Amino acid sequence: MAGDDESWMTVQLTACRGPSSGRHGGRGAEPGAAGGGADHDSGTKAGPGRNPDYLSGNLLLQSDAINRLGTQSSRREQIMNEQNLHRLVGEVKTGRLSRRGFIRRMAALGLAAPLATQLLALGGVAQAQTQPAYKPTRRGGGGLLKILYWQGATLLNPHFAVGTKDQDGSRIFYEPLAGWAADGTLVPMLAAEIPSIENGGLVADGMSVTWKLKRGVKWHDGAPFTADDVVFNWEYAIDPGTASVSIGSYRDVEVTKLDDFTVKVAFKKPTPFWADAFVGSRGMIIPKHLFKDYTGDKSRDAPTNLKPVGTGPYRFTDFKPGDIVKGELFPDYHLENRPYFDAIEVKGGGDAVSAARAVLQTGEYDYAWNLQVEDDILKRLEAAGKGVVNVVETGNIEFIQVNTTDPNREVDGERASITTTHPSLSDPAVREALNLLVDRKSVQDFIYGRTGIATANFLNNPPRFRSPNTSFEFSVQKANDILEAAGWKRGRDGIRAKDGKQLKYVFQTSINAPRQKTQAIIKQACQRAGIELELKSVTASVFFSSDVGNPDTYTKFYCDMQMYTTTMPQADPQLFMNQYVSWEVSTQANKWQGRNIVRWRNEEYDNTYRAAESELDPVKRAEMFIKLNDLVIQSRHIIPVVARPLVSASGKAVQTSLSGWDNTFWNLRDWYRDSQA
Amino acid sequence: VSQYLLRRLLIAIPSLLGISIVLFTVLALAPGDPFEELATNPAIPPEVRAALRAKFGLDDPVFIRYFRWLIAMVHGEWGYSFVSRVDVDTLILQRLPTTLIIIGSSQILALMVALPVGVFAATRPYSIFDQLANTFAFIGFSLPSFFTGLLLILLFSIQLDWLPFVYRADIEATGWRFVWEHVRQSIMPVAVLGLFQGAAWTRFVRSAVLDVIRLDYVTTARAKGLREKVVIIKHVVRNALIPVVTLVALQMPAVFGGAIVTEQIFRVPGIGSLLISAILANDTPVIMAVTFVFACLVVFFNLLADILYGWLDPRISYR
Repeated sequence: MAGDDESWMTVQLTACRGPSSGRHGGRGAEPGAAGGGADHDSGTKAGPGRNPDYLSGNLLLQSDAINRLGTQSSRREQIMNEQNLHRLVGEVKTGRLSRRGFIRRMAALGLAAPLATQLLALGGVAQAQTQPAYKPTRRGGGGLLKILYWQGATLLNPHFAVGTKDQDGSRIFYEPLAGWAADGTLVPMLAAEIPSIENGGLVADGMSVTWKLKRGVKWHDGAPFTADDVVFNWEYAIDPGTASVSIGSYRDVEVTKLDDFTVKVAFKKPTPFWADAFVGSRGMIIPKHLFKDYTGDKSRDAPTNLKPVGTGPYRFTDFKPGDIVKGELFPDYHLENRPYFDAIEVKGGGDAVSAARAVLQTGEYDYAWNLQVEDDILKRLEAAGKGVVNVVETGNIEFIQVNTTDPNREVDGERASITTTHPSLSDPAVREALNLLVDRKSVQDFIYGRTGIATANFLNNPPRFRSPNTSFEFSVQKANDILEAAGWKRGRDGIRAKDGKQLKYVFQTSINAPRQKTQAIIKQACQRAGIELELKSVTASVFFSSDVGNPDTYTKFYCDMQMYTTTMPQADPQLFMNQYVSWEVSTQANKWQGRNIVRWRNEEYDNTYRAAESELDPVKRAEMFIKLNDLVIQSRHIIPVVARPLVSASGKAVQTSLSGWDNTFWNLRDWYRDSQA
Repeated sequence: VSQYLLRRLLIAIPSLLGISIVLFTVLALAPGDPFEELATNPAIPPEVRAALRAKFGLDDPVFIRYFRWLIAMVHGEWGYSFVSRVDVDTLILQRLPTTLIIIGSSQILALMVALPVGVFAATRPYSIFDQLANTFAFIGFSLPSFFTGLLLILLFSIQLDWLPFVYRADIEATGWRFVWEHVRQSIMPVAVLGLFQGAAWTRFVRSAVLDVIRLDYVTTARAKGLREKVVIIKHVVRNALIPVVTLVALQMPAVFGGAIVTEQIFRVPGIGSLLISAILANDTPVIMAVTFVFACLVVFFNLLADILYGWLDPRISYR
């Protein structure tokens, strides 16, 4: 991603909290030590996922928005305006200045009220930033782009694509209305612009969003792209007979065509997160004229399922499920000078290490996807100098759950029933001690390296939702003191006990080398504090299965502690944070399909979550999510270990555009080869 | 002979049925669910998974599912892949050419190494050639193919940078370049599989020939003044081949099955890699179809071996 820096003109408005202070475990650089709210880095160098530390709590603003702020003013005056804004927005957030006061002052500076409110509102679904510079000055001429996936795409209909490999395969050919950039902002694809209050796309009551479509877009077969196609995708997805996996994004909305290039998405209740339908991985639009005869039960017979016709930069040439997807340059693509490559080939199969090898060491391939490979190996391969490892931030997190219920007692045939409480883990002191015994820094340093960043938060990204109120520490001494004070005394075998209950736990995870190493590190530390852990590892295909008959699945959680990674599929945390609401508890009654696997229940959490679901002020909403994070972290039933970024490799000269919030190929049109790099 | 064939074919039917029942039950009892990913993805409502399970009849009892599968199979319908949402026969046919080329040529290579080396070594037992052949054969079949595969990649792709280690089934080139590219990328997988197989067969051929070469009729043939070449080819090898034929014939289904590990290492899109990805994705119809094809092939080649016996040794009669 070298060379992006100059072009990313992001300006950050400092929110009340100021720069983060070293709790987020920075990648590479030590976190900045700067203090006060107004003191900040004016951040003209923020690349995607480059310097996450000081993005914390800041709002991102489009550079041309700044230009609009400072109409007809010199650059110096612009900077004055920025600094004023930073201070004022910060004051609004801390409560020293009312929102009305802010707008009045803005008006005094010559800014219209809608724009001023938008400045405050940007924390929600923020406007897109300018994209990294795209250098090629003509279409094509780039030869073949060779990409390796160690799991090949198995189908190419985006409405059937569950896994990222299938979504990525579809994304080569299909596009949504907008995609998610690395910083969690929207970039228009088939939309003419991102809806906002200013352009009339959003309404104040949050009941609908109006999308203006790009004109002159053609399908690969030459047919024009119109609002009918967009409406059709909604009808297609919500038909239960289709059994589309995208139904969750579409069934609660009502889509109507206003004119040939305008579509309105109406919600049933005020919806702060309006960018779900038609956006990102589940928003890819398929052509009405080729699918209209194949809806519902007939959907599986559509020939276009295997031979996609989309609007993307490359058009389909060949597909063999699990093996290869091929495309060629689409000469009528709707963006000028794009795409750069004449053809694209995505080869599947094999394993992650050899995929990394083919890019980093031999240069046989240009890009390798999702390298779940130990950082040591990646570093060694990188030393060959043929390619670089890309690390992109996501919301995915490897964490430990500490059971609230008793896994060893059966109530009406159900273990870990929510009518029970755990005999010893229900003591906050024990959980506090466990939290101190997880040596996250060592786990990062010795196991994950760049591929796992130690964290104290459950909700880590996008940065505007990251809590600054948490911290982590590793101290056996403190853990011992806390346990001693709480009355847990060491027995003759060195294991602490109270009232006949010993601190002996079963700690399970899936079979996966880094996880077993992490387990061992934690076990050792616990031993020194008089807690005995029995380590258990379950085959991944069993652990992550939803097999109701198997006692070892992670959703059943029939043990004291467990560790795995939970993923955050969207840049909005609403779906992610429902993992701790009381109505999502995983029980026998819902066949363990509930998302709240740790079975922690808290009224304040529930209420805050419900409020966040309908809070339209993005800044307040972000505060609520930070509070949700803090609540669950303070409970110590959740111990975050490392945040898991997305790791991939690309050839030295290949300029990619990646995002942790969307598919690998979300912005494939901007990929090119830079011979100077 | 035709009566014998008919009887053998009739016997094959119950055994195939038995195999299919065992396969189906094992797959049905195995943990995992083809729509697993749907269950763990929070954005997908559970109804979708329920609808898909109902659509593909996964909620029915095992024996109903088995009979449904059996009836479809009799009609020539191989099933429908849950994961790729295409017919299984399409998937298999797509991968058959690559499999036949790679595994087929590796078996030919193995035979080309094993027959001459084995026979030659047996005619001069304990000579230097025999010692060398034995040593290499031991090394060859003691090293697992995943190890030799990685070794070859390290040497020829990474150190020397001569050969690609990612196999691409369709290369965009024509004429000699097309052939050259295919040969270049096939060398390593074919060598790994062929030499492994060849090493084992060399030992086998050698001992089979040694058994025969000491028999009296060979001495008689030599005493008649026949040339050594004729004695070996016409008298010794023909008889020595009988056990070798059994071995090779039983190996033939592997040609269609592919070599799972080697295909994975070199990313050869063969049937073996189809099987392994289907197993990982719990795509039961694909697993069922591929394994059932194997079973049929094993039964068929067993039969073929028995018929070949008769040709090689007229004393064996079919009853």
